[in-house]
Amino acid sequence: MTHLLPPEFFTATVPLNAYLILSAILFAIGACGFMFRKNIITIYMCIELMLNAVNLSFVTFSYQFGKVDGQIYSFFVMVVAAAEAAVGLAIILTIFRNRGTLQIDEIDTLKN
Amino acid sequence: MDFILLSILKTAIAAPVLLGTLAYLVWIERKVLAHVQLRMGPSRVGPHGLLQPIADAIKLLTKEDFIPSYVNHVYYWLAPWLALMFAVTAISVIPIGPIVEIFGVKTNMGQADISIGLLLILGLTGMGVYGIALAGWSSNNKYSLLGGLRSSAQMISYELPMALAIASPLLIVNTLNLREIVNGQAGYVFGIIPNWNAVGGLQMFSFLIYLICAFAETNRIPFDLPEAENELVSGYNTEYSSMKFAAFFMAEYANIITACSVATTLFLGGWHPIIPNELGGQFIPTLICFFFAGVLFYHALNPARPSDRLSMGVIGAIILGLGLMFQVPVVKDLAQPLFWFASKAGFLIFVFIWVRGTVPRFRYDQLMRFAWLVLFPAALLNLLLTAFVVAAKSN
Amino acid sequence: MTLEAFFFYAFTTLALGGATLAITRRSAVHAAISLMVSLLGVAGLYLLLNAEFLFVSQIILYIGGILLLFLFVIMLVNLDAGRGLRQFHQRWPLGAAVTAIAGVAFAILWSRAKLPPSQTMPDVGNVELVADTLLQDYLVPFEVVSLLLLVAVVGSVLLARKRA
Repeated sequence: MTHLLPPEFFTATVPLNAYLILSAILFAIGACGFMFRKNIITIYMCIELMLNAVNLSFVTFSYQFGKVDGQIYSFFVMVVAAAEAAVGLAIILTIFRNRGTLQIDEIDTLKN
Repeated sequence: MDFILLSILKTAIAAPVLLGTLAYLVWIERKVLAHVQLRMGPSRVGPHGLLQPIADAIKLLTKEDFIPSYVNHVYYWLAPWLALMFAVTAISVIPIGPIVEIFGVKTNMGQADISIGLLLILGLTGMGVYGIALAGWSSNNKYSLLGGLRSSAQMISYELPMALAIASPLLIVNTLNLREIVNGQAGYVFGIIPNWNAVGGLQMFSFLIYLICAFAETNRIPFDLPEAENELVSGYNTEYSSMKFAAFFMAEYANIITACSVATTLFLGGWHPIIPNELGGQFIPTLICFFFAGVLFYHALNPARPSDRLSMGVIGAIILGLGLMFQVPVVKDLAQPLFWFASKAGFLIFVFIWVRGTVPRFRYDQLMRFAWLVLFPAALLNLLLTAFVVAAKSN
Repeated sequence: MTLEAFFFYAFTTLALGGATLAITRRSAVHAAISLMVSLLGVAGLYLLLNAEFLFVSQIILYIGGILLLFLFVIMLVNLDAGRGLRQFHQRWPLGAAVTAIAGVAFAILWSRAKLPPSQTMPDVGNVELVADTLLQDYLVPFEVVSLLLLVAVVGSVLLARKRA
């Protein structure tokens, strides 16, 4: 058995468009949250959500073309997200230590 | 037979056995620990305290389920069951025997036989951290939060050397399917030394690293900082009582079973016997059972207490029957792999309890330093050496 | 309903529901847990798309690693002490409207797209396939990414260190 799910499982009842639509909606939700949240950590989480939506469409196309390259891109996105989370959270911790807040509109020392 | 029906059937057999094992593991641990410390251990409920787990279960079920008023209710409820769920699910991919044929149905001994079994176990144990972290946070108690944070940090840190230690035998067996990993360890070097990864495969070092990390991953002494009684009251489960506490308890034991089973499949050759069957390996289970039955019959004839005459005799007869069962033609194919797997995993579980009885606890900074400065470089070096050896062999 | 359709809709519900909760919950811990549910849903979809390796790396890397780190930081800075503060931007309906329009537009676009019939993957295990491609065709990016990770580790340690 080369795959986790048995072959009888795949009846092709769900068109691949459905995955792409889901990916678009997920991305929109992520972008929405990115715009209206005010806390740095939640904004970060919204970015992760958007990255995931993109990953989903990469994997869908990888399935579509029968090539594994899309999955590799997704894997790279995950690794970059991990690196980004490590550095980003370190920055967040430093900001919190210096300013005692994580609200983005209170971190405005460069403004005036 | 239908895939789904077969899965349900196997689960129906495995789930009660697993829950019973979890309950009796507590009894075994208390008994072994007591004998390490020259005590008797549980001995009041039933002969030799054998009914103690049932009494414990009834006690925990009927206890008042006290919920402090300041907890976060949703996550307080969710956390213990989350921890238990991930701990138990991980066991489902472990193969306890080869593919067998019962009543004309060919199936593997184990719940699921999947291509990425080992990775899935890593993932599920990683998700188990959520239960503990959430329990610590939702209890709204500084000791619980400290315990939860400590445990997340500890588990993340020890997952790295653990994954590296797992990677080096993978280089040798070249697959992620646990059944194929076991099959890759079949055979004997020079016809007598088992070709297991920890023995013939020369992976003792990664076996050792894996075992140390397993102690940390299951929050056992000497790495039981998340629940260090004398500094954190009881860590993340301070505010839990009744069944929710029992769920954490069961999750911990399920994690021990998983860790020991993975070590068995990965390093100790799974269900393969220690001596080739041609040299009499298939008679070892029977001989061991006969030995224990003999000891019990001896005690039944020279009882220390009047009740021993009956209890020792009955248990001895059961074990004698078990020993004979290993030679019955049809049952044999099923029982022998099961025996070897259970005895190897059981021995590892015994080591866990043994260590608990003898080793003191680490300090928290020592624990972290040990993970990052000793275990991690050692695992990395081990992986590198194995890779070089494998590359040299393949050329 | 076939099994495939059932699981697709189940995972879709998880992904969308979790995502919606993640951006609307006030408490950061709630948001993180909702995000975990959403990521689990996406992981399930990877499984339906025969991408087992990504399914597991999503669980190990994203859920067991990145998101746990988020949760860790949230608990460390005790973020929920400030949950009474303003969590949403004042002009949030505008942002929501814009993204909703964009999302619906893309969804309509994709629903009308005619994809050519899908090709089948070579019949070896997914992990083997990913490993071969990653270490042969994508060896240079792979090394660059590992360098990036190293830089990130050193950088984050340096950043989070307490100033003496």
